[in-house]
Amino acid sequence: MQINGAQAVLKALEHEGVDTVFGMPGGAILPVYDPLIESSIRHVLVRHEQGAGHMASGYAHATGKPGVAIVTSGPAATNMVTPLLDAMMDSIPMVCITGQVALPAIGTDAFQEADTTGITMSATKHNYLVTKVEDIPQVIHDAFHLATTGRPGPVLVDIPKDLVLPDSVFEWYEPTGHDLPGYNPKIKGDATAIADAAKMIVAAERPVIYSGGGILRSRAAAELLALAEMTQIPVVTTLMNRGGFPDEHDLNLGMPGMHGNYTAVMAMQQADLLITLGARFDDRVTGARDQFAPDAKVIHVDIDPAELGKVRFAHVPISGDAKSVISDMLGELEKLGGAKAQPNRDAWRQTLSGWQEKYPLVYGDHEPGKLLKPQFVIEKLAEASPADTILCSGVGQHQMWASQYWTFNHPYTWINSGGLGTMGYSIPAAVGAKAGMPDRMVWAVDGDGCFQMTSQELITAAVEKIPVKVAILNNSWLGMVRQWQELFYDERFSETSFGNEIPNYKMWSEAMGCVAFRVDSPEEVEPTIQKANEINDRPVVIDFRTQASENVYPMVPAGASNSDVLVDPSQRDDEGDSA
Amino acid sequence: MSNLSCEYHTIVVRVENKAGVLARIAGLFSRRGFNIESLAVAPTDDDRFSRITIVVDVSSVSIDQVVKQLDKLINVLEIQELDPDTSVERELMMATLKAPDAESRREILDLVQIFDAQVLNVGFDQLMVSLSGSQRRLDDFEALVSRYGILEIQRTGKIALSELAKVESTN
Repeated sequence: MQINGAQAVLKALEHEGVDTVFGMPGGAILPVYDPLIESSIRHVLVRHEQGAGHMASGYAHATGKPGVAIVTSGPAATNMVTPLLDAMMDSIPMVCITGQVALPAIGTDAFQEADTTGITMSATKHNYLVTKVEDIPQVIHDAFHLATTGRPGPVLVDIPKDLVLPDSVFEWYEPTGHDLPGYNPKIKGDATAIADAAKMIVAAERPVIYSGGGILRSRAAAELLALAEMTQIPVVTTLMNRGGFPDEHDLNLGMPGMHGNYTAVMAMQQADLLITLGARFDDRVTGARDQFAPDAKVIHVDIDPAELGKVRFAHVPISGDAKSVISDMLGELEKLGGAKAQPNRDAWRQTLSGWQEKYPLVYGDHEPGKLLKPQFVIEKLAEASPADTILCSGVGQHQMWASQYWTFNHPYTWINSGGLGTMGYSIPAAVGAKAGMPDRMVWAVDGDGCFQMTSQELITAAVEKIPVKVAILNNSWLGMVRQWQELFYDERFSETSFGNEIPNYKMWSEAMGCVAFRVDSPEEVEPTIQKANEINDRPVVIDFRTQASENVYPMVPAGASNSDVLVDPSQRDDEGDSA
Repeated sequence: MSNLSCEYHTIVVRVENKAGVLARIAGLFSRRGFNIESLAVAPTDDDRFSRITIVVDVSSVSIDQVVKQLDKLINVLEIQELDPDTSVERELMMATLKAPDAESRREILDLVQIFDAQVLNVGFDQLMVSLSGSQRRLDDFEALVSRYGILEIQRTGKIALSELAKVESTN
């Protein structure tokens, strides 16, 4: 069958099972948009290319399938850099197709020319500049393979315009294999190492399972649950693995790290064994690296061998897929006697429950005449929404409160920008998640700073009938920066106040085709959420006016040891600031 | 060239011979803060692949990380770390030297003979020479001829192969 390059792009995407793409047409990619009219693929027309990238990411988070974005050359491709790097840092499977100027024009500084593969080299797992039309099916097939296997990540395919023009005809073929001789991700972990790990587990007195985003990427939540229940070892769930282990489970100590639960932070700090599963000792988890978990031996399971020993020495490094390795580990533990082989860890359990009792997450009561407590809003939102609601967030204080005060009991219900910390992530990510999971309720918790970065994608949501819901925790400040200025810059608030008059979020949201509310008092919180949850034909925005002086606690100051975690001021004893 | 605070390892990387591969490797080194001391690249006997010899400064980073990060590049097929004790290394140098009088010319030619170097080009008051050998040998030669005045010099960076296995007695 003779087809042209543009038709081949769409046929190749269909061949990969793509049902939805997020994008915006422009000069160089224009020919690909023509056969799109006849294609079975749904195209969501975004308002800014960055939105297309984060939508693809949100779609991938929620569905487990690779997200796809299509944009044109030059500025569209550079607008895609942030979402690509975001997906790279959080290991999100994504394929991005960019238009490029025609081959003879490359290198001439042509209109809307950018060195897209050069610019995105460090923001992608791999990228391609296609130079022959007959390579299109194979390259797209390879791109999906790379994006979804091994450690997932974004792959970009840059296609010059002359390869997709109507006369770019070639004989279509369905690619079968891959010619990637340098790419052999290892799934199965080394049996000896796994046996060693099992022995180490049954010998540990103060073990902690340190579970990260790799659990979700490898769809290993069930295996993690089985491991924790067999061994009765407590679990910390990093920001990237919220939902990967049920919050309501007795063994869940919550989120570790800079704004983690006191017990999760201190459990890691005093552990004698960290069973690290799909986590990478990020600086926001470890605090001062040389003082992190000083007594802990480390079992480190990761699909990416380069993570093993990168930050922290691993006594037992295991490169492999979390799902496969945990299954094999369960087998080895079973051989040693399973649940019965576990030593008595009552003292450790008591230490942990003592901390949990003394230092739970707390926030103050509403102060009359003052604005809302943001934590209260998150709690009410979680209570009023279905248990399987997908929650997206931007980056900042609201993100930490969302992670702390929402109760995650299902995997793939929490979508946020962890590694790159991309403000403005939540609205487009929510649109992508809702497009992929239309039957689920999708809430985006956003800060007012984040909202002002990407809210135009609510127009996309309204026009494309993707009814997401947005809760702005609006304190009229760049809240997290404000918090740092308060604590570490002597309350010198440099350029962090947004003022509380402009913009009018309700009017703005209505202008974008959303139903919008503004909430100032605690009594209105729940009824307004109820109203929002009943609307399913349009996006909804609630502007929750929150108290700017509210800080996120606990907090490990940047560069400090995790042992010096600052708890909420109400929990501090007289001896000093730290607990 | 040598610096006491640096520690060098030689790694040989077999890569797909595709556009942009060198940029991927150079980009990886720069963004991860790995320092390249020298780099030599050329296609192998199979023109689908190239072989890159990289001398890397590992005083501030583990060679293990360098190898693992390189291995993540999709176009990288194989990475070999060469132990200086069990590998044969060569580097090529070309230099144009000042030789204004008969005496300096004679002395330079003596050094050329001692080092088994070659004279490539002769001018009225200049000599162009080349020398291949170990990095150490080239350093020595460079130091000795520098007193006459080096007008131009280019070194290639090291290339290396593993030493061959010694024939063992069969009885």
